[in-house]
Amino acid sequence: MLKVRGLTKRYGDTDVVHGLDLTVRRGECFGLLGPNGAGKTTTLRLLLGLIEPDSGSIELAGIAVPQHAREARMKVGVVPQLDNLDPDFSVRENLLAYGRYFGMDKAAIAARVPELLEFAGLASKADAQIAQLSGGMKRRLTLARALVHDPDILFLDEPTTGLDPQARHLIWQGLRRLLNAGKTIVLTTHFMDEAERLADRLVILDHGRVVAEGAPRALIESHIEPAVVEVYGEGLETWTRDYADQVCLRFETIGETLFCYTDNAARAIDALKQAPALRYLHRPSSLEDVFLKLTGRDLRD
Amino acid sequence: MRSHLRLPRLSWRFIPVWQRNYLVWKKLAIPSILGNLADPMLYMLGLGYGLGSLLPDVGGMPYLTFLAAGTVAYSTMNAATFEVLYSSFSRMHVQRTWDAILNAPLTLDDVMLGELTWAVSKSLLSGLAILAVIWGLELYGNFWMTLWIIPVVALVGFCFGGMGLVMNAVSPSFDFFLYYFTLVITPMVLLCGVFFPVSQLPPLLQSVSAWLPLTHAVNLARPLVLGKSPDDIVLHGAALYAYGFVGYIIALALTRRRLLK
Repeated sequence: MLKVRGLTKRYGDTDVVHGLDLTVRRGECFGLLGPNGAGKTTTLRLLLGLIEPDSGSIELAGIAVPQHAREARMKVGVVPQLDNLDPDFSVRENLLAYGRYFGMDKAAIAARVPELLEFAGLASKADAQIAQLSGGMKRRLTLARALVHDPDILFLDEPTTGLDPQARHLIWQGLRRLLNAGKTIVLTTHFMDEAERLADRLVILDHGRVVAEGAPRALIESHIEPAVVEVYGEGLETWTRDYADQVCLRFETIGETLFCYTDNAARAIDALKQAPALRYLHRPSSLEDVFLKLTGRDLRD
Repeated sequence: MRSHLRLPRLSWRFIPVWQRNYLVWKKLAIPSILGNLADPMLYMLGLGYGLGSLLPDVGGMPYLTFLAAGTVAYSTMNAATFEVLYSSFSRMHVQRTWDAILNAPLTLDDVMLGELTWAVSKSLLSGLAILAVIWGLELYGNFWMTLWIIPVVALVGFCFGGMGLVMNAVSPSFDFFLYYFTLVITPMVLLCGVFFPVSQLPPLLQSVSAWLPLTHAVNLARPLVLGKSPDDIVLHGAALYAYGFVGYIIALALTRRRLLK
């Protein structure tokens, strides 16, 4: 569905995207992860043919981009990072106007509108103005708008950023329905739980390069010990000196917290009984641990 | 910049962009028409009757007629300019409507052509309203000749739409447009023969005036109101077209650099 080879985009002396190779199969949900500035959004813009690469090739739905970007974009629905619904139109009019950009006639779009509104859970809001919608409703409408021309593949750029948990779960349900219907999804996010939930496979980007690639579960297994015990509180330094080496396979201290990676959490917890003032959190390791291990803990803004 | 400068690749896909603007305008058509037209109408009738009653013939015609011809050119200039500055900027920068459209199979060339043709439409509307007053007050020499004012008005809209899109491409905010009005539009209103004949200006300003697009617009509109065929039609028409076309090409390059980086 999507084949990218050696994709490079340079701004001045910096490679924003460097030699990127990606393959996304039909019906798959593919995650593009990375800290701010890793090149996720630039990659999406390259894939859509909005900007031209310095080198490399892109084949989207079997069509060469950017050479035939117009044709390729006919097959793609896009949910952008920032809301850009048309505030001068109602909910229904937004769908009608957007369909026309794809060359659809009014009857064809109007026939799709009820189904799209139902999908977005906005059937009762068809004539509402955009300003009256909540953040979650706007996102769902943006998703419905991206589906107006029944695309094969969807690009979602941080689809749940800024939404409350209820609204996020609704978006995820919608995306699962689309995957079940055979759509292909390419998703950028910096929410690891979102990627773990949705993505069949993912890449982690940093400084425009792929630093890891695979299924979420497999990435966790290959990069991180199975369990994490986070320890914090009074006396952490002493405990670290006395026990960390023995009970952790690997550990690091970030600020006031010790991250103890282990395959035997019971042993670490046992050792923690020696220092009752310490508090701890025991959890299975997650994609976030992989992400932080590979991309570091420095702020990227 | 050079990599962004190339001839536009146009397609019919600009039509939905025009249509989008039309549908939004339609919702507020009456207040919008009144708002666009009150200003030129007040100037024309107020000055035309008030000042006109104190004056002998100006340029061989009653002052109201003289001013009506100038107002056709000046109000269509304003209609196109306001549209591509404030309204287009709002769609491009504030509402990000252009970003949304660019994810569909449209290029920036299409989007900006849609904006430009919409500006032409707004100019036509404004010019037709002034023309209706000219017809109503029988300020014309020959009714049929005044119909030629309609294509002139469209060309004036194209000219100032193209020029204004350049400002749209480089402005960081709405405040920036004030420079364009102070440095470009207002001088043109005063130097191009809208309110008084250019021949009243000192020679230096007359030669400046000869290069300004609004002068070409006035030189086409005024004889047509009087029922005469304008001199140098090709020159004036070509000048208006050139300003608009070059403006559109430069605006396209600058906007590519702004949005598609």
